[in-house]
Amino acid sequence: MAEPKTKYDRQLRIWGEQGQEALEKSSICLLNCGPTGSETLKNLVLGGVGSITVVDGSKVELGDLGNNYMVDESSVGQSKAKTVCAFLQELNDAVKAKFIEEYPVKLIESNPSFFSQFTLVVATQLVESSMVKLDRICREANVLLIFARSYGLTGFVRISVKEHAVIESKPDHFLDDLRLNNPWPELRRYAESIDLDTADPVAHKHIPYVIILIKMTEEWAKTHSGKLPSTREEKRVFKDLIKAKKIAPDEDNYKEAMEASFKVFTPQGINPSLQQIINDACAEVNSNSSDFWVMVAALKEFIANEGGGEAPLEGAIPDMTSSTELYVSLQKIYQAKAEADFLVMEKLVKKILKKLGRDPESISKATIKSFCKNARKLKVCRYRKIEEEFSSPVQLEIQKYLTDEDYCTPNSWYSVAVGFYILLRAVDRFAANYNSFPGQFDGEMDEEISRLKIAVVSLLNDLGCNGSTLTEDLINEMCRYGAAELHSVAAFVGGIASQEVIKLITRQFVPMSGTFIFNGVDHKSQLLLL
Amino acid sequence: MAVSQPSKSRDLDRLLLRPGHLAGPNFEPGQELREDIKEYVKVLVVGAGGLGCELLKDLALTGFRNLDVIDMDRIEVTNLNRQFLFRLEDVGKPKAEVAAKRVMERVNGVNITPHFCRIEDKPLDFYSDFSIIVLGLDSIEARSYINEVACGFLEYESDDNPLEETVKPMVDGGTEGFKGHARIIIPGTTPCFECTIWLFPSQVKFPLCTLAETPRNAAHCIEYAHLIKWNEVHGRKSFDPDNSEDMQWVYSEAVQRAELFGIPGVTYSLTQGVVKNIIPAIASTNAIISAACALETLKIVSGCSKSLSNYLTYNGVEGLHIKVTEFVKDADCLVCGPGVLIELEKSVTLKKFINQLEDHPCLLLTRVSVSYRGEKLYMQAPPELEKETRSNLDIPLFDLMNGVSRDIINVNGMAGKGDKKQSCMRKLRIAFKGVDGVADIDMAGGA
Ligand SMILES: [Zn+2]
Repeated sequence: MAEPKTKYDRQLRIWGEQGQEALEKSSICLLNCGPTGSETLKNLVLGGVGSITVVDGSKVELGDLGNNYMVDESSVGQSKAKTVCAFLQELNDAVKAKFIEEYPVKLIESNPSFFSQFTLVVATQLVESSMVKLDRICREANVLLIFARSYGLTGFVRISVKEHAVIESKPDHFLDDLRLNNPWPELRRYAESIDLDTADPVAHKHIPYVIILIKMTEEWAKTHSGKLPSTREEKRVFKDLIKAKKIAPDEDNYKEAMEASFKVFTPQGINPSLQQIINDACAEVNSNSSDFWVMVAALKEFIANEGGGEAPLEGAIPDMTSSTELYVSLQKIYQAKAEADFLVMEKLVKKILKKLGRDPESISKATIKSFCKNARKLKVCRYRKIEEEFSSPVQLEIQKYLTDEDYCTPNSWYSVAVGFYILLRAVDRFAANYNSFPGQFDGEMDEEISRLKIAVVSLLNDLGCNGSTLTEDLINEMCRYGAAELHSVAAFVGGIASQEVIKLITRQFVPMSGTFIFNGVDHKSQLLLL
Repeated sequence: MAVSQPSKSRDLDRLLLRPGHLAGPNFEPGQELREDIKEYVKVLVVGAGGLGCELLKDLALTGFRNLDVIDMDRIEVTNLNRQFLFRLEDVGKPKAEVAAKRVMERVNGVNITPHFCRIEDKPLDFYSDFSIIVLGLDSIEARSYINEVACGFLEYESDDNPLEETVKPMVDGGTEGFKGHARIIIPGTTPCFECTIWLFPSQVKFPLCTLAETPRNAAHCIEYAHLIKWNEVHGRKSFDPDNSEDMQWVYSEAVQRAELFGIPGVTYSLTQGVVKNIIPAIASTNAIISAACALETLKIVSGCSKSLSNYLTYNGVEGLHIKVTEFVKDADCLVCGPGVLIELEKSVTLKKFINQLEDHPCLLLTRVSVSYRGEKLYMQAPPELEKETRSNLDIPLFDLMNGVSRDIINVNGMAGKGDKKQSCMRKLRIAFKGVDGVADIDMAGGA
């Protein structure tokens, strides 16, 4: 039966067999299985991760029935981890589901080596002190870590990984790699073989725009001492020249050429983001360097030498009006160049591996090929230690948001999301002092509010934001939440967390950077780079 | 400090029972609010797919007790990676029924009525029964239809402000891959689906001449086999995308054509994708968007917090981008506006009126059916109804509208020209010339 594959069809169309394989090999650990954790894991189990381990020491209470779909009436009084685990198993029998009846905070204290067996840990509803400890453990053991927390109408998601390098970042929009203003000899010769002024009207309207633009660019360069159109006026003239070549109104290829003329105007060479990566200190490789950085080192050499300032050619061309024959042969020219660039890169990679005393065959052809194809789109994400963010956040960033008029609302002169960030940290300080969260129990609300306010002021002082404060309204609101974990907020926060987990594990797409603060009041959520 | 009694609504109570300073203007916290939501609020969930399954769960755990769900589809294997209420053994069963059953089994006290049918099959008063409608759909046409129905209930006061009790709020979600949107539509206040229809560009189709003469990629070869070759070979027998033999035939034809032209990349999976126009879908995006929709539903109903104003987009492809945009209503919108004003002589018959709509520059309506305050004046279909209402055609509209000087009537028919025609509903303001006094159109509605 073809069931397992068919089941995943709609996601295979996003991350392919390779992405799916990575998911199926992964083992995920969940800390605390309230609604935030349960919902995160639900999305991952449906997607088919290899195994899950649910860690929670609590028993199901009546209140849990109102916010967690994975517990029910019959499970009240039983282990929450066991109950949630059983439900998750029901969703996908291909997943190995385990549970451990233990409080995560205890586990972090008593058994740090426990975490090294996992690919990734999803830590939910932890307070600051535990987050800091767990972060240290996971970084040490090279385990991916993501924090998620729901709190009333707010919450956060934060990835914590030393470094995450992505080859297949799959951006939605990215400039095609066509080399229109810098064609290599084969492409130039091919363009020369085609006559733009052909008398045959059918042939005329089937010349691909790539050829039109290469020829027009060359012509322009001849009459402009080798320069490209650069001023607005020159660009307009260039487009008019294309327009003048049109002999019939229905020539879509010339329309496409005019629309694509901006591709001619973009400068040759590599983009700033790639420049930054090849300049990174990690590109000076040693025997401990990852495969990714070994390939970056090879790329750096390629760009400086054989590439003539360019990365390896991607090799794909977009669809365009053309006769089948011209399109297919053009495609072959691009593919052949990409293949040639790949062979050069492969040699460079092997050379570097050998120099480092590693097996020159240790990076597969397929990996190097994919690296070449995506060379212009590489991404490196790095995350500060939780401890660093907590003890010395980027002050400017906080100050900016605390005073930024763009984020003002009638009720406050600062971004509500930043207000929530401060408050989410202040409630942990509150809890450390009073053994409960502000407003967690009914009654004496006024006292709780003033206590929370004191915690906020002292936190802002510690962060170096002396004199700043938050509005009474927002502080009241946080007390109103009383640490409630609302199902829809948990599903949102858990949804975001699971999305990021998928990106981390498949090593495709780009995970979020910074700390995501959910603002459930007006949905003006924010990513803070702290 | 008082210790709360254990309660299932432990967490939700904080939001519904306690006052807040960032709440909506109508927020009245207290047990009564919570009980009212349980007892009296009826929510319709349109669609029991990726979003629908999540929505039913989310709403059931957000204090709602009376839910309906409508969906015409049956469960398929490819649903199982995200539609978490369904299991392998459910394949082939109606989505609405299984989804309703599963959530009721799990969440005590919630009551979900499934409707396994097309949204067009329900009479308008079915929709008028709900306090709020939540949409979890993947088609523009279906969204348009529900939007027209909900906006059709809207009436305006004489000062052009929407009449509150006729406002039927909607919350709409949509996803594709790592991207999605959630929005709220308060007809008459925020833009309706039609006001911002440009947000949903119609999908590009390949020109037939490309398919027939100059194919360049795998999709061209597949569409050639699907749209041209199939008809040449099979004549009248129409292609069934759910029949695997049909799909296999298109695939092998596409492979042959691709070989002929030296085009790479035709696979069975791509063939399915192109022919069925498959939109990639995953659990996490659906979870995010549905959660936002459920939360906004609670806010609209209870006022427990400020609402989204009014359009949220999520994009998780490159990092994480969440943006809120406040779109504005199109004052001339044919769907949510006060309606096109048509002035008529008292003597104009229903038939003549219907003919006028065809030439009206804003409307261009053909095959028109007319109803007035829920009463069917003329129906094009089904045949029995047509026969029954035919005799009204020769009666002056003024008489059919009980001699009021002005009022709203609802018509539906086909709008547009040529092959761009599509079925639609329109609200029209009728005023009769030479009738004394400005009768209060709203009183007629409130009766
Ligand atoms: Zn509108």
